[in-house]
Amino acid sequence: MAVPFAWIAVAVILITSVGLLLARDWRWSITLLSIQYIAMFVLTLQHWPLGMASVKVVVGWMAAAILGMTRSGLSDENLAEENTWPRGRLFRIFAAVIVLIIVIGVTPSVDTIMADAGFAVTTGSLLLIGMGLLHLGITTHILRVTIGLMTILSGFEIIYSAVEGSVLVAALLAVITLGLALVGSYLLIASNSKETEPA
Amino acid sequence: MNAPTIWIVAPILFAILLLFITNQRALSILGGSFAIGLALIAQFVPIEAAMRVGAYSLKIDSSLTILGRVLIIPPTEGSLLALIYGAAALWFFGAEAAKSATRIVPFGLMITPLMVASIAVEPFLYAALFIEMAILIAVPLLTSIYTSPGRGVVRFLIYQTLAMPFILLAGWLLAGVEASPGDLALAAQSAAILGMGFAFLLAIFPLYNWVPLLMEETSPFIVGFLLWILPTITIIFGAGFLDRYSWLRSSPQLIIALRSAGLLMVVTGGLWAAFQNHLGRIMAYGAIAETGFSLLALSLDSRLGIPILFLLIPARALGLAVWSLSLTVIKENVETMRFAAAQGILRITPLAGAGMVLAALSTSAFPLLAGFPARLALWENLARVSISGALWMGIGIIGLLTSVFRSLAVISMAEEYTTWELRESPTQVFMLGLGMIGLFVLGLFPQTVQYFLSNLPAMFEHLGR
Repeated sequence: MAVPFAWIAVAVILITSVGLLLARDWRWSITLLSIQYIAMFVLTLQHWPLGMASVKVVVGWMAAAILGMTRSGLSDENLAEENTWPRGRLFRIFAAVIVLIIVIGVTPSVDTIMADAGFAVTTGSLLLIGMGLLHLGITTHILRVTIGLMTILSGFEIIYSAVEGSVLVAALLAVITLGLALVGSYLLIASNSKETEPA
Repeated sequence: MNAPTIWIVAPILFAILLLFITNQRALSILGGSFAIGLALIAQFVPIEAAMRVGAYSLKIDSSLTILGRVLIIPPTEGSLLALIYGAAALWFFGAEAAKSATRIVPFGLMITPLMVASIAVEPFLYAALFIEMAILIAVPLLTSIYTSPGRGVVRFLIYQTLAMPFILLAGWLLAGVEASPGDLALAAQSAAILGMGFAFLLAIFPLYNWVPLLMEETSPFIVGFLLWILPTITIIFGAGFLDRYSWLRSSPQLIIALRSAGLLMVVTGGLWAAFQNHLGRIMAYGAIAETGFSLLALSLDSRLGIPILFLLIPARALGLAVWSLSLTVIKENVETMRFAAAQGILRITPLAGAGMVLAALSTSAFPLLAGFPARLALWENLARVSISGALWMGIGIIGLLTSVFRSLAVISMAEEYTTWELRESPTQVFMLGLGMIGLFVLGLFPQTVQYFLSNLPAMFEHLGR
């Protein structure tokens, strides 16, 4: 696929990953996650054939659907966002900008290590990994943690597609993405439960 | 018939069937017997050798091809499979006593073959994907859908998931280093990424904070199972990396890194354990120190280190099984496992108390117990290459022993004239008694397990030779 499309995908990833950090409504989070998987598909297409690359978007959407359907069935009061610091939007934007600067800084060297995967592919991948790590660092909310992990894995899958084209790896990574969504759903349902085991 | 179908596919299918059974005893017996059956086949039926059974000729092939890649279990890994499934059977038989058979038997019987698959897959770097699948299955094992998950489960999921990308990337980079061995920068980068991957997987300092959290939040028996199987197979997988890459094997920096990480685990595990006021957290730090001992064994000359590494495995399995079962029984009878609540518990659960103390002493290298022979050999060989390393290991062991004597003091500190009131069920008494006898047998006659261990170094091409 043409390089300009890849850079558009990187821009989409920047918007969705920052959006995921800022969104307070779970509906927005699931929507942004789904869009993120389309951008991931475009970047994976740089190195993989259409058939294999489309596995990523299909699996990503299925995972987002699993999370969305589970969350929609749960009450809001038990799953309210934690009120601990840091939760301010300004802080999150500031942290996201720092991640962006770091990504821009390390992209050339990582691109060289990763067999010249392409600047767009490397930038998009590192952005997802960085924003995902940031996401994990500022929340303990189950849905957000799951989305954070899925974001990191998406970033990794993009850059790994540049060096590994095995069908088995694609299948196993798809299973892991779906498994992560199922585990996230399981934990979401469990966290909606009132009972807690004693220490 | 092929080996991966028998030891990977069949257990997973059987585990799925077991999900529909709710009777604790039936599950425990079925799961334990199945695992024992697999262990016996692994030990006594040769792979890749034709056998005549009546009028039929039977041969177990070593490989299975899936999507262009191969799962391969060579004949040299038979004893390892026997050890893994034999130890898994220990947990499955004990599950009834721990009242957790409905979770540990089906999920454990899925996790175990996935971990076996991680050793069997070719190219071997795909192992990280199977380990990640095992981690995902471990989450419903750790937390019930009816109880709110604690921070430990979430951290466990995060830390273990982060390991996978590092290992996969390191595997690819290492292939590059093999192609151009002169590229020192690439070698350093790949070793650093590999180190990060294993630091997450093995919960190396400071990435082990989920271990004590899990011990507080969930059933000790279930956590004990995971603290046995995950690090044990991961270390064998890590040894596989050393076996394949000669530059990695001969790197003095790697030896220092392994030794430092091992000592850090033993010392912090021991010292942290000494200052805990929670019986579960003490076991968590004991398990962390156990991983440290394995890393130290890996840092030695492989001709000495690899046999010690394998000698540590049965002691770790039995020790953790007895320790975690004892804590589960104690937890049933106290409000929390904090010292204040567990005071004098020895009068109510004497065998569980004794099991906890003996298993902890075994981890602390106490003579006559299962952990002693391997730790003695490790200490002796470590002292030959680094006196300061041996001293630090001693400090870690002193920390562990301190925690054991503190625990013993607390559980035996009953009020005066308190009567003995045994609350352990016959199954619990039987399993704990058997486990404690096992700890003494392995300590007094370590040669009993040599039958399984003597051929294990043959699974490596270069290590241990």
